[in-house]
Amino acid sequence: MATITQLDPQPATLSNDEILRYSRHLIMPEVGMDGQTKLKAAKVLCIGAGGLGSPLALYLAAAGVGTLGVVDFDVVDFTNLQRQIIHTTADVGRPKLDSAAEKIKAINPYVEVRPFETRLTSANALEIFRDFDIVVDGTDNFPTRYLVNDACVLTGKPNVYGSIFRFEGQVSVFATEQGPCYRCLYPEPPPPGLVPSCAEGGVLGILPGLVGVMQATEAIKLILGKGEPLIGRLVLVDALGMKFRELKLRKNPDCPVCGKNPTITELIDYNQFCGIRGEETPVTQSTMPEITVEELKRRQDAGDDLFILDVREPHEYQISNLGGHLIPLGDLPKRVHELDSSREIVAHCKMGGRSAKAVDFLRQAGFTKVKNLQGGINAWAEKVDPRMPKY
Amino acid sequence: MKILIPTPLRQYADKKDAVEVTAGTVGEALSGLTSHHPELRKHLYTDDGRLRAFVNVYLNDEDIRYLGKEQTPVKDGDTLSIVPSIAGGIG
Repeated sequence: MATITQLDPQPATLSNDEILRYSRHLIMPEVGMDGQTKLKAAKVLCIGAGGLGSPLALYLAAAGVGTLGVVDFDVVDFTNLQRQIIHTTADVGRPKLDSAAEKIKAINPYVEVRPFETRLTSANALEIFRDFDIVVDGTDNFPTRYLVNDACVLTGKPNVYGSIFRFEGQVSVFATEQGPCYRCLYPEPPPPGLVPSCAEGGVLGILPGLVGVMQATEAIKLILGKGEPLIGRLVLVDALGMKFRELKLRKNPDCPVCGKNPTITELIDYNQFCGIRGEETPVTQSTMPEITVEELKRRQDAGDDLFILDVREPHEYQISNLGGHLIPLGDLPKRVHELDSSREIVAHCKMGGRSAKAVDFLRQAGFTKVKNLQGGINAWAEKVDPRMPKY
Repeated sequence: MKILIPTPLRQYADKKDAVEVTAGTVGEALSGLTSHHPELRKHLYTDDGRLRAFVNVYLNDEDIRYLGKEQTPVKDGDTLSIVPSIAGGIG
């Protein structure tokens, strides 16, 4: 399988201090002084300092990649700590970029960190990508994945792709001259709401660690020009079975962006491409619209017209309920037509977790007037109606 | 032959991760699968009966688009993999 020869970094030199630091690399013929100077001269752009970005950035820094660009506009959230290991408890509330840059420099002060505290868009992607040699895609939504892919093809940068869902992952290297791009594999995105997002399905904390390090490995191999990179190969990881499978990927000669006669020669509106209505960005937990049980009670007593959606299971409804319309969470995709998006909807479950997922799903499907009942029916039993059983 | 069901679709296949079917072609195998698990149908096929573009089907390790698509012959011992696009990463 061909290795990359399109990287042509300026030669770098290593100080005595760096030679000692990287001694375990230098004593291997596959790396050596040549390889280490290539790493130092290389510029890798990490899109996202979250689940995949965490192990990726840490290992690339440790390996001595000279310049690490990091794109992330998000803030560290408590629920991130289960898997985003570049961030610590003390970082909750800080911008992810600040936290990440600090840890990268702590591991390796020789790394130059170039922060981009911005959302990646069609307006800025090409310019950002141009200064880097390799782009590593660790994003969490379809529009950005297509954006990253197209921008990589248009700027000629390899796209080290990784994605995860619950306990499964995918890794490959796209957008090389000889190899396929993401659109060769998936010409079209799924309509919003049809394929559950990570926020809906949950994810095993270790999984982005496994996949993120595989991405770091591929980036390093591309820089060194050694080994067999995952060009034209898709690795499927099943963490529960600890099974790794490989599928062949072909470059599609009719691919609209990397094929012989490309029809896409500039970046497009990716939200529109993925069918996401309005200018809403993909929903994240930090923007979950919520209502407290006290506020719900107040508004109902005032006669407000609120539609209560109960996403629990039928047997739970029998224990206690708020008279809501019952659609178990798992059935929501196929029963979403029962809901009127012009009405204000309050979704609830037992404690607020499942209903948060329902709200995410409905917002992705274009519903704008939907809120999550904080604390669920248990909070109602606790604070509003003590006669109601908690369970 | 075996059909491997990816995680996002297992909820529509009675939570199974693999299903055994008897078939002569890829198309027949997928029909067998969706007749046992009708909820899978809309996730795999569009309303006009074409395989959805964000779902790839592999016979062993080859993409069926580059073999004979749904007419690709299959035999006992073959494995069909359904590989949908997943997007999780940061979140």
